[in-house]
Amino acid sequence: MSETRKLPVGREAIDEKGWWKAHRFLVLRRLSQAVFLGLFMLGPWFGIWWVKGNLSASMTFNFLPLTDPFITVQMLAARHWPETTALIGAVIVAVAYALIGGRVYCSWVCPINPVTDGAHWLHDKLGMQKGWQPKRATRYWVMAMVLAVSALGGTVAWELVNPISMLHRGLIFGMGAAWSFVAAVFLFDLFVSRRGWCGHLCPVGAFYGLLGARSILRVSATKRADCDDCMDCFAVCPEMHVITPALRGTEEETPLILSADCTNCGRCVDVCAPDVFRFTTRFDETPAPARAARRKPKHQSTASRAA
Amino acid sequence: MSAATKRNPSAMDRRRFLQDAARVAAGCAVAGMALTKFATDARALPAQAIRPPGALPEEDFLAACLRCGLCVRDCPYDTLKLAELGLDGPATGTPFFTARDIPCEMCEDIPCVAACPSGALDKSLTNIDDADMGLAVLIDEERCLNALGLRCDVCYRVCPLIDEAITLELSHNQRSGAHAIFMPVVHSDACTGCGKCEKSCVLPNESAIKVLPVRLATAKAADHYKLGWEDREPLLDELIDLPDRLPGPGTDNLVAPGGFYDTMPDPSMEGGFNPGFNLPGTGGASQ
Repeated sequence: MSETRKLPVGREAIDEKGWWKAHRFLVLRRLSQAVFLGLFMLGPWFGIWWVKGNLSASMTFNFLPLTDPFITVQMLAARHWPETTALIGAVIVAVAYALIGGRVYCSWVCPINPVTDGAHWLHDKLGMQKGWQPKRATRYWVMAMVLAVSALGGTVAWELVNPISMLHRGLIFGMGAAWSFVAAVFLFDLFVSRRGWCGHLCPVGAFYGLLGARSILRVSATKRADCDDCMDCFAVCPEMHVITPALRGTEEETPLILSADCTNCGRCVDVCAPDVFRFTTRFDETPAPARAARRKPKHQSTASRAA
Repeated sequence: MSAATKRNPSAMDRRRFLQDAARVAAGCAVAGMALTKFATDARALPAQAIRPPGALPEEDFLAACLRCGLCVRDCPYDTLKLAELGLDGPATGTPFFTARDIPCEMCEDIPCVAACPSGALDKSLTNIDDADMGLAVLIDEERCLNALGLRCDVCYRVCPLIDEAITLELSHNQRSGAHAIFMPVVHSDACTGCGKCEKSCVLPNESAIKVLPVRLATAKAADHYKLGWEDREPLLDELIDLPDRLPGPGTDNLVAPGGFYDTMPDPSMEGGFNPGFNLPGTGGASQ
């Protein structure tokens, strides 16, 4: 184990699977983020108006409306019944994420994700302490708070401060001082709390997580028997507590990562040299023998510390 | 020790749960207060920032606007902008325009309203002439060229509802004693608040005529006020029927104050009408 710990995270996977297979989902994810932003930028930059609007609400080819369901819920809390267009858009988005995993939005679309991933990368480089780690459930409290303020104040409350909208709308329509919100999230994740914003506080992520709690697309630790305890998956996972039940589960327990917190980013699939993880559906019942028990108590404590 | 932990886990759990819940609730309460303050501040729409046509009243607008900018995209004259944090006054990301920069051109098909997915811009506005974005006010009569007795007329000429929303009211020029003043007068029932007058005012920098939010630009008559020349129905018709004062010599003499003798004339006029005075040339009334 001390040998594997000397290797940088992901080195083993690169050696065994090659660079591409060890970075596949990371590259695809960055591409996806770039494409979703790029589609919105085609208009302002090149005058190609395929997609108008921003992530809050948009119109594609003057035909397909898409609306952020969390904003729609806040709007309903503020007692405004939206036009059918916005409602249809919200339903389309909600159904899509309910199928592919709500937090796919977080890892594959959200423009703040590269910001917080960057902060985490720097956090690692600087060897910082993990800092303040609020409870995982905090984001649901924040979400409830946002809905309460929306209802009491009769306003779409989170959009006053939402760093996602600030960044995305800013890039498309003009930033003003909205950079400050993005910088605040970056600095928060870098100095105050490791993985703090997306992993603990963001109510948008909380909402999408709940939305996709029963999603079809899931990562599964199907070949968990092959796990060699290198801990690389825990090191790269932004919500590392989701891995343990699947990876360390017993024979009877499912190898599927069923937590609503999993963002389906696929980085664990990349970084695992023995290819323990793969994308599958929640109905996948491929038998997945558990790992042979080894040095259990010692390992648990190491794992939880790393987590 | 193991016995103690075994006996008390639920108490410890409960204690811990309550502590955690209190901590997170307190944190959220503080954050919620900050957010509420933010939300309240966001309502303070500056007077120069005009919402697009059909915009709901500001409080409802902030509950409805998605801040998506589709109205901005479909505005053919680049009139509308999304407010940027720190640079513009309105709530961040909401659409507005500044009349002095680019006024609303009052498109007949109202593309901004058509584009709005949420209903923050009310689809029931189908005729742009019914828009009520604000109200033009001739705010500096000391410097308005027309008010000084010159003939500028630009605000009047550019008004899309010329002679309805802005009229030129002729009056005598007291200063010269020999000329006329063509005073631009805005009529609130017709003015849409498009801001073309403000945009085109020839004065440098600030305009002499400005579009203001309707709430600032209009006063409200008291409920019991009545313009008798507009509404000829008597105010207290059903409550009191005051005796009509009749013309003639009786109206101001002491014998019959108010035009009547001691006894009221029979209101049913039975036996013919006998006035209490003498009309000239008709002979005296017998009573």
